[in-house]
Amino acid sequence: MIARASRSAQRTASGLLAGIGRMFRAWWAQMRNTDLVRSFFDSRLAVAAALAVLAMALAAMLAPAIAPQNPYDLASLSLAEASLPPAWIHAGDARYLLGTDDQGRDILSALLYGTRSSLVIGVSAVLLSAAIGVTLGLWAGYAGGRAGALIMRIADVQLTFPAILTALIIDGAALAIFKSYRMEGNRFAVLIIAIGLAGWVQYARTVRGAALVERSKDYVAAARLIGIGPLRIMFHHILPNTLGPVLVLATINLALAIVTEATLSFLGVGLPPSQPSLGTMIQIGNQYLFSGAWWMVAFPGLALATLALAVNLLGDWLRDALNPKLKP
Amino acid sequence: MLAFAIRRLLEALAVILAVALIAFVLFRFVGDPVNQMVSQDASLEDRLSLRRELGLDDPILLQFARFVGHAARGDFGVSYQMKQPVVNLIAERFPATIELALAALLIALAAGIPMGVYTAIHRDSWVSKSLLVLTVAGVSLPTFLIGILLIYLFAVVLHILPAFGRGEVVSIGFWKTGLLTTSGLRALVLPAMTLSLFQMTLITRLVRTEMLEVLRTDYIRFARARGLTERAINYGHALRNTLVPVVTVIGLQFGSVVAFAIVTESVFQWPGMGLMFIQAVQAADIPVMAAYLILVGFLFVTINLAVDLLYLRIDPRLRAGAP
Amino acid sequence: MSLRVVALVGAIGLGVLPISGVYPVPGSNTAPGKVFTYAFQGDLNSLDPYTLNETFTLGTLGNVMEGLVRRDKSLKIVPALAESWETLEPTRWRFHLRKGVKFHDGSPFSADDVVFSAERVHQPGSQLKTRIPPGTKVVKIDDYTVDFILPTPNPILISEWETWFILSKRWAEAHEATLVQAATATSLSPFALQANGTGPFMIVKHEPGVRTVFRSNPNWWGKHEGNLDQVVLQTVQTDSTRVAALLAGDVDMIDPVPVQDIDRVNAGANVKVLAGPELRTIFLNMDSMRDELLYSDVKGKNPFKDVRVRRAFYEAIDINTIDSKIMHGMATPTALLISPLLFPRGSSLQRWPYDVAEARKLMSEAGYPNGFSLVMDCPNDRYVNDAEICQAVAAMLSKINVKVTVNALPKSKYFEKAGPTRKYDSSFNLVGWTPGSLDSLNVLVNTVICRDKDGKGGTFNFGGYCNPRIDALAQKIRVETDTGKRDELIAEAYQILHDDAGMIPLHQQSLAWGVSKDIDLVQRADGQLRFDWITKH
Repeated sequence: MIARASRSAQRTASGLLAGIGRMFRAWWAQMRNTDLVRSFFDSRLAVAAALAVLAMALAAMLAPAIAPQNPYDLASLSLAEASLPPAWIHAGDARYLLGTDDQGRDILSALLYGTRSSLVIGVSAVLLSAAIGVTLGLWAGYAGGRAGALIMRIADVQLTFPAILTALIIDGAALAIFKSYRMEGNRFAVLIIAIGLAGWVQYARTVRGAALVERSKDYVAAARLIGIGPLRIMFHHILPNTLGPVLVLATINLALAIVTEATLSFLGVGLPPSQPSLGTMIQIGNQYLFSGAWWMVAFPGLALATLALAVNLLGDWLRDALNPKLKP
Repeated sequence: MLAFAIRRLLEALAVILAVALIAFVLFRFVGDPVNQMVSQDASLEDRLSLRRELGLDDPILLQFARFVGHAARGDFGVSYQMKQPVVNLIAERFPATIELALAALLIALAAGIPMGVYTAIHRDSWVSKSLLVLTVAGVSLPTFLIGILLIYLFAVVLHILPAFGRGEVVSIGFWKTGLLTTSGLRALVLPAMTLSLFQMTLITRLVRTEMLEVLRTDYIRFARARGLTERAINYGHALRNTLVPVVTVIGLQFGSVVAFAIVTESVFQWPGMGLMFIQAVQAADIPVMAAYLILVGFLFVTINLAVDLLYLRIDPRLRAGAP
Repeated sequence: MSLRVVALVGAIGLGVLPISGVYPVPGSNTAPGKVFTYAFQGDLNSLDPYTLNETFTLGTLGNVMEGLVRRDKSLKIVPALAESWETLEPTRWRFHLRKGVKFHDGSPFSADDVVFSAERVHQPGSQLKTRIPPGTKVVKIDDYTVDFILPTPNPILISEWETWFILSKRWAEAHEATLVQAATATSLSPFALQANGTGPFMIVKHEPGVRTVFRSNPNWWGKHEGNLDQVVLQTVQTDSTRVAALLAGDVDMIDPVPVQDIDRVNAGANVKVLAGPELRTIFLNMDSMRDELLYSDVKGKNPFKDVRVRRAFYEAIDINTIDSKIMHGMATPTALLISPLLFPRGSSLQRWPYDVAEARKLMSEAGYPNGFSLVMDCPNDRYVNDAEICQAVAAMLSKINVKVTVNALPKSKYFEKAGPTRKYDSSFNLVGWTPGSLDSLNVLVNTVICRDKDGKGGTFNFGGYCNPRIDALAQKIRVETDTGKRDELIAEAYQILHDDAGMIPLHQQSLAWGVSKDIDLVQRADGQLRFDWITKH
């Protein structure tokens, strides 16, 4: 019994892996599609957005090498130098190009590290929700019946819990379960899981819809007739046909996830202030909005807006480019 | 159709029960309500006896059963924090949230549909591209920051709109509305604008995509060949065809507007359910959190059900059962 | 169909916007007379004055209800519903009641109401039981004379009586409000939305979590020093929104002004900040009770059991920079756990000096030249800039090689974790304390005396610091009736705590109210706002 379960689990896992491999191959096949590439370079907006995202991702990755200060290192902070304006303003200090925050942290360094945190959270959350959503959506669409209905009802339940609430609850549960919680970067995990869990339903719905349509097509019936297993059919044949919308969703949700991270820190469940992310920086700066220390919110706000805007524009372009009904 | 509806209704009931159960199991993790309920120098014995009286030490399933039993009779308990029956609180707060959400939706539609149509018709124009970037920029900043910036501009600098609250309300039966007073309408503008941004972007994009698709169909080409004016084609034929998906999405999104309202309401101190919920979370006020979730769950499930039934009418292919 | 509906709906939506935009700005309220609107970050939590022992709720209800005594502008105890009192014996106090006083509902005030209120405050649901020591007999001598017969002498019997409000027996019986609405009540109490007292203001409307409206009581026995007809208390939780509401002129006063916005408010044309010392003391607790810290890399022993480590922590904290940079000057550094306003003698006690070199030396002597790691628990929504203070402390401790990770939590979770509910699951934390009785005994028995691991004893002593000499002193302070001798004992207790560096006092917060320049009001150090002292021009 157990052996059979483990064997079937193994089969599922290898099926999944094969599916992901297949997914990438299909994706690459579409990428090579000259139409797509041409349309990309035709759209100046898309190119600009891609360049912006690339530049920010690069700066974030290189943060430890290029940042003037390590904002995680408490010993390098000096409270006496808190709330300094940017260097070009009279009271500024040349060591802090974009000024300092309320704890004396260099804003430029925090910005670089913060972009990294925001990107890590955003990308991981999107991967998590896409993985859950695609798997469950395929299953619900292909298998249908009770299992399908059950999955969609679970999706309804999930929709009731906004990311905010999911985050609050997971945060609380982690606190209760893990003794050493928050000693290290566990807050990251909480945010990723919370934002990821809150987002999977859209993928599931999209993929399920597509799978329902695909299932009734002849090639699926043919594949079933020659004895191809359901997992293989799901991941090899149906999945590639749903990838377009999934990719679009993922891009737009990446922007959403980054903004959600910021919102969660406003509600007090974001990263701790000692681990800057764009969200926590905006949240801290937000408190100084009226006090004249505009640099605390302006720079992270600008960075977040640029990042989210660029990712969104990429998503918009991708949606148009991948929409078969819009092909000339 | 009827059998389907009944089955979905039963499923919906199960969903709401599941929401309640999950909420209940997880609530023990959101914090200790007792500390907010006693004075700082309350003795340990007082704290422990309060926990016992609240039933917080009972097995979670017993707490749940008790909750469901009471809820079935419309009794959601008394808020730990506000010492009011939760039902009264919700009756008090529900209209505020619904009015805010509807106003936001109206703004989103009023701005989103024309923008979507325009950007589809003039696909490559400068104005279209700027409009698209602008709508996306609106969702690229967190709501709380946009809200504060709006307050600063319109309340502090320009002095033309109030910074917070709902203004004066008028009672129509049990429904307290702010829509019939000047101060109520003025108070509505900023929060509704803030809340509408996300939906506005969504609607603009959706209308644009649908329009682009429809405009390429033979049906429109035929209309053009018949010599109809561009105006009649764009608004009479094309837009009409995009509206079914738009209405569907709006239906599905209404629930999330209500959920999104949590942030907007706390920035503007709008006395709705979202504000009540976030205050309840901060104080670990379990009865309020539970009732809110069940209500929102109910809202989601109802709308989902309606949309599913709508789909069934539109696309008969989906009527097939399991393979 | 859908097109027409959408078009209609869209038209309505478009119609609403321009209309609402062009209205002129009216006054903040349409009610007649002088209306004073103020925004507070919280709310009145209960109108039953015995349900909750919470400073803001009771302080605000103090405008509606009254005790036998009250405090004046400088916190001195003065007569209220009792015109005078005398101690016939150390255990027998006699109160002569004010005549001709009427409750808001018209019922007359007499000795029966005092006896009734004394009984009611001891009911199970009451959180104000400590107002009257257990075993006290309250005896009606005549309609306007009441005796309190105590089991033991009590020098500070009436110190918390400003907020022990006298209720109308007749009203309570008529409204079935004789039982205290317990915090756990499951049904609607008469006190949920209305209240009845003798005070200068009456509650007109109470919308929980939104606002409360008060109206001036023309039949009050006292004299209104201010000129208000109506008061609106509005809850505005978000700091920036509250400041914006004041700057925009939507409200006449806000409490509190976030410290970083003080300059902005003072720069406003029609508003100013009214600042003053507050009675709350903020301090740090170190777990010196367990044999091994829960959240540290030091195993097998507890560094906080060593007074040198505690002293090193104390001396590594640069409180002046915290107070200038994080508190923006709105705090007073302290060596005491009580405000010098409440214990003037204590101001002679000096903080251990800020001295990183000395702190490093102490750490080396204690055997931790390379420091250790530690998690600090901290609330992030309870005290003024609490989480920011913890971060600054963490950065300062890194100078003596202690690697502190700050674990900032919302108050509902913080007090659960660091407090008795989870058996003080914390190694290093920050708390604040305001003595309700305005007296040091309250500070000592709650936050300083020994406790067991479950919290018996000094329940709010989150670090578990224990020195039996202080416990012995607390016993003596409790019954000492000679003020001079009593102060001597209190000073001794604080000195022992200081020498032990048992806790690290940081500062007393300041009150910061943003007030419109049209308003004259009195800011009492306990933060209570009395409406009858407010004048609106």
